[in-house]
Amino acid sequence: MTMNATTSPSKLAAVTADGRHARMDPEIAAQTLRADSGDDGWNRTDLLPRMIAHFQGLSGQFGTRVLTFILTIAAALVASVPMIWLAGSELWLTASALFGGALGSGPAIAETMVQMIPLLIAGLAVALAFHASLFNIGVEGQLLFGGLVTGVVGATVDLPPPLLMVVCILAGMAGGAAFALIPALLKAYRGAHEVVTTIMMNFVAIAVSEYAVAPTGPFVAADQPSATERVPEGTQLPIIWDGTRLHAGLIVALAAVAIVTWVLYRTPGGFRLRLLGANQGAARASGVSVERLTIIALLASGALAGLAGAVQVLGVYGRFYSAFSPGYGYDAIAVALLGALSPVGVVASAFFFAVLHAGSVPLQAIAGISREMVGVVSGLVVAFVAAQPAVLRLLSSLRRPAIDDDLSDLPPEPQPATAKTASTEMPS
Amino acid sequence: MSHLLTISLVISALHLALPIVMPMLGGLISERSGVLNIGLEGMMLIGAFAAVLVTYFTGNPWLGLIGALISGVFSGSALALMTVTLRGDQVVASAAINLIGAGLTAALIPVIWDIDGLTPSVAKIPTIAVPFLSDLPTVGRIFRSLSLVDYGCFVLIFLVWWILFRTDAGLRLRACGESAESADAAGIPVVRTRFFAVMMSGVFGALGGAYLSIVTLDMFQASMTQGRGFLALAAMVFGKWRVWPGAAACLAFGFADAIALRAQILWRDIPHELLIALPYLLALFAMATFVGRASGPGAVGKPFTRA
Repeated sequence: MTMNATTSPSKLAAVTADGRHARMDPEIAAQTLRADSGDDGWNRTDLLPRMIAHFQGLSGQFGTRVLTFILTIAAALVASVPMIWLAGSELWLTASALFGGALGSGPAIAETMVQMIPLLIAGLAVALAFHASLFNIGVEGQLLFGGLVTGVVGATVDLPPPLLMVVCILAGMAGGAAFALIPALLKAYRGAHEVVTTIMMNFVAIAVSEYAVAPTGPFVAADQPSATERVPEGTQLPIIWDGTRLHAGLIVALAAVAIVTWVLYRTPGGFRLRLLGANQGAARASGVSVERLTIIALLASGALAGLAGAVQVLGVYGRFYSAFSPGYGYDAIAVALLGALSPVGVVASAFFFAVLHAGSVPLQAIAGISREMVGVVSGLVVAFVAAQPAVLRLLSSLRRPAIDDDLSDLPPEPQPATAKTASTEMPS
Repeated sequence: MSHLLTISLVISALHLALPIVMPMLGGLISERSGVLNIGLEGMMLIGAFAAVLVTYFTGNPWLGLIGALISGVFSGSALALMTVTLRGDQVVASAAINLIGAGLTAALIPVIWDIDGLTPSVAKIPTIAVPFLSDLPTVGRIFRSLSLVDYGCFVLIFLVWWILFRTDAGLRLRACGESAESADAAGIPVVRTRFFAVMMSGVFGALGGAYLSIVTLDMFQASMTQGRGFLALAAMVFGKWRVWPGAAACLAFGFADAIALRAQILWRDIPHELLIALPYLLALFAMATFVGRASGPGAVGKPFTRA
């Protein structure tokens, strides 16, 4: 904002100085200002806000969003094809193993939905923080610790089952938020980059959860190493599709989507959060306490991550295993970015990654491709998302000089009308 | 305590610190040129993997080291392409490097060796005994347990400091990081400088990874870097983007790591699962308590285009 204010006068001066417009035309001034806030403004704003602006620019254009989503997935999948050849498998066999394994039958679809639940909630956690221009890469640790707290509360607290279930979920959310607290305070008051601090917390979370269920740990189960005691009967999330593992966590996840959407787009707090993400200076100028909102955003993100852990513990295993997450928190970054940070988009991208996760087991068995390929695909998705604004810019700059060339070929006195028709006929 | 503070603790702290110092230097070069690089972890993993891969097929760890450095050129260039050339988001692009690095290396192990998780052991870089110095009492052990790579790393620390802070080329690089517009106005090729800096950060990250896989150990294990790429960034921030304080912070992390390893042998009643978290807690503590706010070079994170 301030940048535009300082750069535009010089731009105006340049226009007047080169002699073409001796008199300051209000229309030219307006055009100059528009140009300033457009392409030129891009490299002056901070990066994440720019990224968020890019995503928010996509919103409303449903077609563009879907197209970007599909193109990004397609690019990532095409880029992983060499890995299939390296593994000595065939393309068709791989595709049929992956999609048949994930979507080929009723139980397969149910299993894909089971995989989708933690990815969806954790993806929301990453997206929520991203809206405030915070990169919460610590979702994995928050999810792990939230799961641990849920498991411990479920195994030790004495309450009637349905109530205990609610307490367990809330405890998991509190655990996730607690693990986001230190990075939040460090970010707000020390300016420490949240990427570094949340990663540190991931390693602390791994250490704490391994200690808790180590052979001599305080919460280890008598009959099962590296796990807490089973939660009492009736505390688990109920199965909603008989004969499969699909549990009520799906409902919790969709409710979380609805709540996050409502908070982000329909409440003053959500507006302030997005304002903070889009332009910190403007947020501060309009009276937002940046420190407080930063802390709230990271805590809310951590609570969502904890919810993902709690739902996984209560819905799938009924107890906490120290290795219950195969990196949901890291895939969540790709889920959030592929979904362009919109809660609904996150549902779609969580489904895509759930297909990869659920299909990776038959993929390994049939096509001999390591499960770790899911990580490669999410990395590629993130890489292509990072390149998205550049690609869009490239496309528009390719289009513009083409029109200019066309104009130079026109007769000496280019009428505005012919120029316009030329530009509309131009794309070939 | 006397069992804890021995010369072998110093040696093991050095061995644990150097693979943090190298990516720290990489991060420093990159950020001093104005590009945030949180992708060091992925670059380390790729470097560690490349080192073992080349050593496995050639039998020569020195060729493995060269292979790692070349892999660093590639991973660094990939990040530079995304952030400097295409002006993509630096944090997101480096996160992509981390995810790809972790996923690709883990996925390639079964493709090449038909086993999951870790590779067979390969030849290590040998340690050398320095003449005369290694005959000294007590301290002599240090000079018997280091390899040429260790001495090379010490030289690199000095070289990076000297080039960045004592030469014109370093001044130009830092100018790009403080204000790209001013650097550009002074005739410095900002885009080329930044591209080179990010590429070099890939080389340093890969060197740190190769140190872990063929100097400290003799094999590659999935996710073996254990967040050292991020510890390096914490050390860099704690050292306020300067070479020597940053290296000192890395040494502190190395000591924390070494003490954690040693304590689990000496005092069995301390749960070693918690001791493993010591360097990470120290890093958090460092970021919480250092004097003044963390403020990097002025233009970090801002992509540059000529107006």
